Amino acid sequence: MPRIRTSYLVASSLAFFLLVFLVIPVGKVIYVAFQDSSTGALTLINFVDFFKTSLFRESFINSLYVAGMSVLFASIIAMPLAYFTTRFNFGGSIIIQTLGIVPLIMPPFVGAVAMQLLFGSNGSVNLLLDKWFGLNIPFMEGLNGVILVESIHYFPFILINLSAALNNIDRSMEEAAQNLGSTGMRLFRRIVLPLAMPGYLAGASLVFLKAFDDLGTPLLLNVNNMLATQAYLRISSIGISDPMGYVISVILVIFSLFSLWVSMLASRGKDYSGGGKGSSGLLKRDMRGWEKAGAYCLIIFLLVLVLSPHISLLLLSFGTIWSYSVLPDAFTTAHYVEVFSTTREYITNTLLYAGIAASFDVAIGVAISYVVLRTGVIGRRWLDYVATGALAVPGVVLGIGYLRTFNDFNVPFIGKPLASWWVIIVIALTIRRLPYALRACTAALHQVSITLEEAAENLGAGKTATVRKIIVPLMAGGIVAGFVTSFATATVELSATLMLVTAESDAPLAYGIYVFMQSAAGRGPGAALGLIAVVVVALGSYLAHHFIERNKRLQVNSTGQ
Amino acid sequence: MRLFGRLALSTGLLVCLAMPAQALEKQLTVVTSYPKDLTTTFKKAFEQLHPDVKVEMLKKKTTAGVKYIQETASNNSSDLFWASAPDAFEVLKEDGLLQKYEVKATGIPEVIGSYPINDPDGFYKGFAGSGYGIMWNTRYLKAKNIPAPREWEDLAKPVYHGHTGMSAPSRSGTTHLTVETILQGEGWDKGWKLLKEIGGNFHTVTERSFGVPDGVNSGQFGVGIVIDFFGLSSQASGFPVEFVYPTVTTLVPANIAIVNKAPHPEAAAAFIEFLLSEEGQKILLDPKIRRLPVRPEIYAQAPKDFPNPFLDKSIGAKVKFDVVKSKNRYNLVNSLFDVMVTYRLDDLRKATKAVQDAEKAMAGKNNAEAAKMIAEAKALIAALPVDEARSFDKDFAAIFKKKRKKATDKVTGRQAEVEQQWDSMVKSNYAEAAKLARKAQSLL
Repeated sequence: MPRIRTSYLVASSLAFFLLVFLVIPVGKVIYVAFQDSSTGALTLINFVDFFKTSLFRESFINSLYVAGMSVLFASIIAMPLAYFTTRFNFGGSIIIQTLGIVPLIMPPFVGAVAMQLLFGSNGSVNLLLDKWFGLNIPFMEGLNGVILVESIHYFPFILINLSAALNNIDRSMEEAAQNLGSTGMRLFRRIVLPLAMPGYLAGASLVFLKAFDDLGTPLLLNVNNMLATQAYLRISSIGISDPMGYVISVILVIFSLFSLWVSMLASRGKDYSGGGKGSSGLLKRDMRGWEKAGAYCLIIFLLVLVLSPHISLLLLSFGTIWSYSVLPDAFTTAHYVEVFSTTREYITNTLLYAGIAASFDVAIGVAISYVVLRTGVIGRRWLDYVATGALAVPGVVLGIGYLRTFNDFNVPFIGKPLASWWVIIVIALTIRRLPYALRACTAALHQVSITLEEAAENLGAGKTATVRKIIVPLMAGGIVAGFVTSFATATVELSATLMLVTAESDAPLAYGIYVFMQSAAGRGPGAALGLIAVVVVALGSYLAHHFIERNKRLQVNSTGQ
Repeated sequence: MRLFGRLALSTGLLVCLAMPAQALEKQLTVVTSYPKDLTTTFKKAFEQLHPDVKVEMLKKKTTAGVKYIQETASNNSSDLFWASAPDAFEVLKEDGLLQKYEVKATGIPEVIGSYPINDPDGFYKGFAGSGYGIMWNTRYLKAKNIPAPREWEDLAKPVYHGHTGMSAPSRSGTTHLTVETILQGEGWDKGWKLLKEIGGNFHTVTERSFGVPDGVNSGQFGVGIVIDFFGLSSQASGFPVEFVYPTVTTLVPANIAIVNKAPHPEAAAAFIEFLLSEEGQKILLDPKIRRLPVRPEIYAQAPKDFPNPFLDKSIGAKVKFDVVKSKNRYNLVNSLFDVMVTYRLDDLRKATKAVQDAEKAMAGKNNAEAAKMIAEAKALIAALPVDEARSFDKDFAAIFKKKRKKATDKVTGRQAEVEQQWDSMVKSNYAEAAKLARKAQSLL
């Protein structure tokens, strides 16, 4: 059967890619977790140590608590934004959707400084509170601070995937429910929300995993008692080869996969796909006057909340000196002049790298989700697990793994090691951001009815034609969502990149920010570079949304509705 | 006359350096942790001198730089490693990843402060010194009505509670040297006691050394323990901050070394010679760079307030720094600091606060029972799981090194095991201390 052979071919090339660029390099680094440090023999004693150490047990519970609470708060922020913009005729819903993605881009270091200047114990908000009410609220302290930042930072995962899912619900389902007399909240709770579940689950599981595995935020708040920080601090200190850092990494990966498996159980055995025709999104209606005012108030409040770090970043990039004051002392454009005159290549490199990486991500994401959901390849779920496991691998581990694995492999014609060729940075970004695209694509494919493919095949279309002409167009919303999240987060990736940059001319923007943020005078230019990343991504995702909307209108027109 | 002399000297130097320039390779790759201001200035000056050589400055955090050189060793493309922390060089040296180099330049003394400038084994060379000190945000201190600190002991006072910050020694090699200096200067027990008293006042322990000036500059916390150029360059960039050297300070050399099997060894050597030449050393005086040159004669050209460790013996000379001692217990000290301060900062802070409150309530009163409880609480906070003799025990220190040279090397005990023992002791001590102090206060 040629068809089965093709699916095995696709599956095994995906497996090969993951094996070479994820499993082997990471394995080469974290094998020490299974090694007795005094004899070099294989052992599980390090894992026993992990569970015996109270600090690690506390860290584990802290990470779990933060991840759970972050999902809760991220859902509270994301749901209204997703619902209002997809359900109602709403002026500027594309803009809201676009701005909703911006929080994903938190440039390294400068993002932290901007957050502290705003919400820190002596940031603008607390300085004002102190002046007016004599209050000081510790927004940025301890685990609650981490939850606040994680929810603001990662709620777009839910927003994007939930919106894509809502837009993909078969209108006839909703119409049927309405004909049977269901309206309002009941309609939403019983029909709309369950149908959008794959999108919500995709987003929520990403928030959970990301908050559980995240390093940047706890480091920014100097919260050390969490798993990812413990792993990082132990791996990246000089000269110590304490295996515990790698043990923690292994535990992070295992636990991430476990929670992914649990979230998959939740959606197993349910059919979310639309009926016999292509899905066309919810019925949009106009809001009454007071409804509209209320919705606008809520949305504006949420947007101001989630965009405040970026407003602070904007001030930082135009400010001269900003120290223990509500606003910077004065404003200047000098930082932008410096950035554009010295570091333009960082920006073009970033566009190139993140663009290629995100394209690969959606291509691989579509392929994996197809193999997992539509074929009978043995062990296919492992493709999904392994690719998603990348989320839990600290960037520095991947970076070291690449250096270790590919430094002796000279690329033909280029004449230098793969590890020092710029393409390795693209591959690292692809692997690190693959889980985002993969979850989005899987959710999208969940909503495509298999009957459409069967119809196409009955009419004589081959597998390739079906995938190209039926499945991919129907998944478009999810694919774009995956592209946008992968692209946005790839533009500011630093930990693996910093390991792999071998020439300044090949360096991306995040490296530029790092270089600036090493000196006191570099804060302004660093913020300017960070803001450029934000603008670039916002423009990109605006165009992407524009593209979906236009496509949808075309589709609607061509089906004659 | 003076101008003429200097001109003649630098032309002479130019000629001398220009001679071997014919033989230099066309490229030079430097792995460095230094900021842009320093690297671009040296890159430009060097390229001017050797127009044929293209210098690539590869900026990586010290830790990332070390890992990078380790992992790429089999197919090495880096020529020089250029960073501050001597321990990073030690790690590379032990792995056999550095190359010995005999400096041609003369006139550089053996020590700066009390720290040897060059690696005694000849692998890495010091090219500048930096001293540790205290920086503070003037707006912050004024708004909160806190006096400016002068000495390390000041930072242990209750008035600084929650207002100071520092990086962890395990995260920053230069911070490690400061901790080790305090331990050697004050003695193991007294030194740790002081460090914990200071630590009990911390607002935060930052993950990278630049996090400290960053936090002080923003006003996130008021006072930071930093290396001099962080404080002084922040001031030069316009932030409302000031910096002071306490009496007990170290001078930490900043180093450079040729990487083993460097693809461009001649250019690398030329860069080191340039760095140590009068021309190169003069660049260090630039306010944006501001490090202490290792050539004593350069100080004649320095601005008025520039500290001169070769004349002013108070800088970094009070402590006779024992490099061997420091090296043997290197990772042990880092781990101990993390267990007692970094990872248990909340507990330490609570205990310290309780003691400070109790002492405040005690002021002017006479209550023997309460005084005894406070003293007990303080002793509990200061208690150490390891005594000094054990810190020098080679077998014990080996647990934290874990770098097995040969397959036959054996180490008994595991770091995680030891850390867990320390942690449970430290945690219960802090909790007990807080309880005692509160009880004492309730008696007053």
